[in-house]
Amino acid sequence: MADLTTTFLGITSPNPFWLASAPPTDKEYNVRRAFDAGWGGVVWKTLGEAGPPVVNVNGPRYGAIWGADRRLLGMNNIELITDRDLHTNLEEMTRVKRDYPEHALIASIMVPCEEEAWKSILPLVEQTGADGIELNFGCPHGMSERGMGAAVGQVPEYIQMVAEWCKKYYSKPVIVKLTPNITDIRKPATAAKMGGADAVSLINTINSITHVDLDLMAPEPTIDGKGSHGGYCGPAVKPIALSMVSEIARNNETRGLPISGIGGITTWRDAAEFMALGCGNVQVCTAAMTYGFKVVQEMISGLSQWMDEKGYRSTEDFIGMAVPNVTDWQHLNLNYVTKARIDQDACIGCGRCYAACEDTSHQAIAMSAEREFTVIDEECVACNLCVNVCPVEECITMVELDKGSIDPRTGETVRDYANWTTHPNNPAAVPAAE
Amino acid sequence: MNISPRTDGITAGRLTEDELAQNFSDLHPPLDKHEAHVAADRCYFCHDAPCMTACPTSIDIPLFIRQIATGTPEAAAKTIFDQNILGGMCARVCPTETLCEEVCVREIAEGKPVEIGRLQRYATDRLMAQNTHPFERAAPTGKRIAVVGAGPAGLSCAHRLAMKGHEVVILDARPKPGGLNEYGIASYKSTENFAQAEVDWLLRIGGITIEPGTALGRDVTLEALSSRFDAVFIGMGLNGVNALATPGEGLANARDAVDFIADLRQAEDLQSQPVGRNVVVIGGGMTAIDAAVQSRLLGAETVTVAYRRGQDRMAASVYEQHLATASGVRILANVQPVALHGNDALEAVEFEYTRDVDGRLTGTGETIRVPADQCLRAIGQTLAGAPEPLDLSGGKIAVTGAGRTSLPGVWAGGDCATGGDDLTVTAVAEGRDAAEDIHTTLMGEG
Repeated sequence: MADLTTTFLGITSPNPFWLASAPPTDKEYNVRRAFDAGWGGVVWKTLGEAGPPVVNVNGPRYGAIWGADRRLLGMNNIELITDRDLHTNLEEMTRVKRDYPEHALIASIMVPCEEEAWKSILPLVEQTGADGIELNFGCPHGMSERGMGAAVGQVPEYIQMVAEWCKKYYSKPVIVKLTPNITDIRKPATAAKMGGADAVSLINTINSITHVDLDLMAPEPTIDGKGSHGGYCGPAVKPIALSMVSEIARNNETRGLPISGIGGITTWRDAAEFMALGCGNVQVCTAAMTYGFKVVQEMISGLSQWMDEKGYRSTEDFIGMAVPNVTDWQHLNLNYVTKARIDQDACIGCGRCYAACEDTSHQAIAMSAEREFTVIDEECVACNLCVNVCPVEECITMVELDKGSIDPRTGETVRDYANWTTHPNNPAAVPAAE
Repeated sequence: MNISPRTDGITAGRLTEDELAQNFSDLHPPLDKHEAHVAADRCYFCHDAPCMTACPTSIDIPLFIRQIATGTPEAAAKTIFDQNILGGMCARVCPTETLCEEVCVREIAEGKPVEIGRLQRYATDRLMAQNTHPFERAAPTGKRIAVVGAGPAGLSCAHRLAMKGHEVVILDARPKPGGLNEYGIASYKSTENFAQAEVDWLLRIGGITIEPGTALGRDVTLEALSSRFDAVFIGMGLNGVNALATPGEGLANARDAVDFIADLRQAEDLQSQPVGRNVVVIGGGMTAIDAAVQSRLLGAETVTVAYRRGQDRMAASVYEQHLATASGVRILANVQPVALHGNDALEAVEFEYTRDVDGRLTGTGETIRVPADQCLRAIGQTLAGAPEPLDLSGGKIAVTGAGRTSLPGVWAGGDCATGGDDLTVTAVAEGRDAAEDIHTTLMGEG
């Protein structure tokens, strides 16, 4: 069986599955049980300054959207950082790290953007024996109104500045957790690197309103008739997170910067995808909040089985393997021509492909009186919509036309690789090399 | 002496009140909201959906299921009632396994169709529970139409006519309206007096008067109706039953299954309903199954459905056959009745085995005697006393187009008319379509 032991920033954990800084990691009781359940590491719920802790709302703090059978697809929250006393948290962290030396324990921190604040908390964290810190520059609600969380993460100069303080007053690895509530994720990631951060983790949650209560005419979760945006997470945000991770992984300024992947990771496969895009490990929250700590068992067994099947002996073997295949649109091969093919034996005759193509695409599917659906190659642009709406897996597939054959739609011969940069329709095209 | 399933002869009270209540509870209990949403989510919203084509009333099934899925079951019900005003009863009694659910693409894909019937019930129950009626009458037309029969065809026709602004008088031979919905359907398919509740709800459209206890031919003639009304719709159903024509048929305890079923439906107290220890039901259709299953549920020790052809030829659907066998009913196929034996009361039914010779049913000479203290005949119903001077075809009122009979101004639909397959849902469609044709005809004249 594949060895899942993962070393990230020199921190070794039995597997790459860490629990993200969030409600599941708010206290000793939870973290001990999480480690016992099999989680490889934990980023402790974000610590704030010493003194009176923050307070949370006393009404609902989570909202959600659901799919079939009330499967939770996305969740948001308006919970703040830990509302427990700093020293209680520090004492608990010390005890847990002492008892679980093989597991990773990271302290998440959020204090005001003043050097003194960081200077005073970092030595306390250092004393716990935690393996590193994660700077919470991501929380999009509540704390950001006080100039912390996402308010810092949205200003690259602040990120760099705080990262520098942390490197100055703390000896172990520093991870900067990024907010996705920006226009270009590469900028804050570059700033973190410039500040000396050892890694970035992303994504934090996305500004969101999950529902509007149409009776109260108020956003949910609703607190006494009012609502405020929360942070969105869960399976629904995974595609956004994957894209942001890939941008950092392939960006010139940030390439090679270790990444801890976060964002809707629910299964072993999600984790593998993040890692293929360059993440050294992953952090999970919503899946645990939905199904409990036990869900990690499936992640462990699934990743092991897949690695065995692929012949990967260590997570190092596949981390970042998909990064070279993430490119710009302009470099995609315009001479890669495919056509949809419908497997008539697998087809159950629902006609969704037909409705989608006929009403909203290229009128490239014919329907017979016997409900047989066939692709009209002369019209098919290979958009993949039929594949996406078909309820039967593998019923519709995209088949590549051989080089040298004629595309019935364009009447043109399928040629060798060529992209937009040399295309005659591109006003900025450069002539192809002779 | 304690009465039990093993008590000889025909007797009531074979089971306790609790056992009977359990046995006669809803065959398909209603879906709750969550179940309905999960079931609705399975619908693929097919293009030009096969289920819709298979529905005799052409209900827009994908649309109503989507309306359920999005939390508007009342809108879903309106979609159903637009096409089928008896959508509530049809949700309970339709053989969906041979109609919409048979052609559901998920039946093809997985052998598990979307539960269209139960979803339809969920939607219609929700709207009907609001105690409102979703349709309004058009301005009065001044036209008056007589509808003969307050069964599915007649009620459907009357409602559509009333919606169009016509005045409708329904004449029905029985004391209560509903036709087979009230008298002919197994109790576990229409619980809690649903048939009457549905009629009451349907009548809220207004403009419909029911005259119970009035039979065409006995109490009023077609000629009289034609002269008093602008149009007549006949949906009188099948009021006669076929006889066995075998020796011993006159013995006590041999009776028509439709009467047995009707008595059961009208019973205030199931413990008062007598049933034999050993019951033999002769026939292969839904009536035979309904009678046989209910005999078991009442506490008969053995129940046999005897059918003269192969089991695959039975008119009852495979689902109904499974329901019967799961209820402990034995299906004996390829047997035809030869004689009923007994002195005063029935003791056994003698059958001759049959085989199919070039499509012809042929006796083999080999016989079997099945012990029976009760025999229920379910070998088909007939149209008795068809109103003169309508043309008949195959013993039914001949109709063309949307139920037009040979007599101008007279339409017919449901079981008494040609065409269709004697289903509630078909009768509803025929009544509705005849109403549209009557409306067009009458208003075209004006």
